[in-house]
Amino acid sequence: MDLYQEIIVDHYKHPHGRGLREPFDAEAHHVNPTCGDEVTVRVQLADGLIEDVSYEGMGCSISQASASVLHDLVRGRTVAEALTRHDAFAELMAGRGRVTPDEALLGDGVAFSGVARYPARVKCALLPWMAFKDALTRAAAEPTTVGGTHHD
Amino acid sequence: MDVEKVRADFPILDREINGYPLAYLDSGNTSQKPRQVIDAMREHYERHNGNVSRSVHTLGTEATEAYEAARAAVATFVGAASPAEIVFTKNSTEAINLVAHAFSANADDPRFRLGLGDEIVISEMEHHSNIVPWQLLCQRTGATLRWFGVTDEGRLDESRLDELVTERTRLVSVVHVSNILGTINRPERIVRRAREVGALVMLDASQSVPHLPVDVAALGVDLIAFTGHKMCGPTGIGALWGRYEVLDAMPPFLGGGSMIETVELTGSTFKAPPDRFEAGTPPIAQAVGLGAAVAYLNGIGMDAIAAHERELARYALDALATVPGLRIFGPTTPVDRGATISFDLAGVHPHDVGQILDNEGVEVRVGHHCARPVCVRFGVAAMTRASFYLYTTTDEVDRLVRGLGTVRKVFG
Repeated sequence: MDLYQEIIVDHYKHPHGRGLREPFDAEAHHVNPTCGDEVTVRVQLADGLIEDVSYEGMGCSISQASASVLHDLVRGRTVAEALTRHDAFAELMAGRGRVTPDEALLGDGVAFSGVARYPARVKCALLPWMAFKDALTRAAAEPTTVGGTHHD
Repeated sequence: MDVEKVRADFPILDREINGYPLAYLDSGNTSQKPRQVIDAMREHYERHNGNVSRSVHTLGTEATEAYEAARAAVATFVGAASPAEIVFTKNSTEAINLVAHAFSANADDPRFRLGLGDEIVISEMEHHSNIVPWQLLCQRTGATLRWFGVTDEGRLDESRLDELVTERTRLVSVVHVSNILGTINRPERIVRRAREVGALVMLDASQSVPHLPVDVAALGVDLIAFTGHKMCGPTGIGALWGRYEVLDAMPPFLGGGSMIETVELTGSTFKAPPDRFEAGTPPIAQAVGLGAAVAYLNGIGMDAIAAHERELARYALDALATVPGLRIFGPTTPVDRGATISFDLAGVHPHDVGQILDNEGVEVRVGHHCARPVCVRFGVAAMTRASFYLYTTTDEVDRLVRGLGTVRKVFG
């Protein structure tokens, strides 16, 4: 089946950048109430760059691998670049398998193309990205806030 | 019972899923429908459609007769004293909410009077539909919600029965067969204790009426809730059974047409049960379908269905025990348990298990199964559940076990 690409299983078993780290400007905790998947994402900005994205979560291989890929794709990027990647990933997920992903932009994220054909799983893949966007918005809005006590 | 003959009655079982024959192991979620039920509903719409209880014309009369015949069939099916003890609802959830709304601070009947210091008792094993209505009721009235725990073996922990069910208890509402652990609860001790303290007893029978012979008189409880779509009937119809005297002590639930005696702008009076609780046009074709489902199940025999499922449970428990890293939640022997088996496969999230099984045409349910407290009790966020019915074969159980082998390969 095209859902469980080796890249996805690899990210699931050996996640990149996992664990919540300090300091951070903002964090967001998102839950998928239909399946109980959870993820917390923290964002730390410095000089307009995303200095760190740290995360912790529990859930299926798709949601957890997606968080690992997210970390690779946005860390060290500008806010604008990160949002472009977010939008490209969201577009891929909404495409029902008909969107051809830009590998230069999405890297390992292209392995999630198959997920878009499983509507029940799209939410899993998007969960960390939604939490990231949420945390990023908060971090950008309050760049001086440290300690990120916001929760959903 | 000839399973192949039964399977021939269910058109959907001919389907292929992802290139494999369908192995439908999600009957605890909703059952499949035999041709007899589908045909009965089609014939109703094509030949007898009219509104019930208000028409003098022929179609209205035929529809009313069909609707009431379904009520009588359902009543007999669960051993009710009369058809008037069956209230048609949308589903079990609505049936339970109907009972919850009978309780209030100023109810006429003291058994339904509920306020500060009074208690409702449920269990840790409940489906959300037998938890949330009582939480909401307690919020409305100031009453306290208490619950039985669940043992490590997945049984109801009745060791503190006398401390839990006391003079303060107005109602005990527990599940008859757990939708997640498969446990069959025997309510005798709870009923005896409830009688001592004057509390009512309700059973959530959503997972028992479809699978076991259920006789409300023998159970000795006051109220049970069950739903049509889990017993070969359509969605959109369920039932509340109550001892007539208990139903008659309950105030209306939803207000509207069909449930009134007279209406004046200054106030209305209400019909006797079951009409009192059936406001508006009811699910007529669905009742006809449920009546046909009951006839179908009777034709095969609930004893035969229960025996078939016991055998499947025994077979599946043995087969699943051979899968490395698999942990079963709930009773691991086929004693006092139904053919619903939830499990964890070490290191693999249930969503991934369910997805890979689906890829081979094996349909199971994954998640918290609307019984999140049970998942919390056993320390997991989600479980994978296979649930069987009269049309399930041991070959399908074998395919489940083989599919779990594929899962282990992908995540090995």
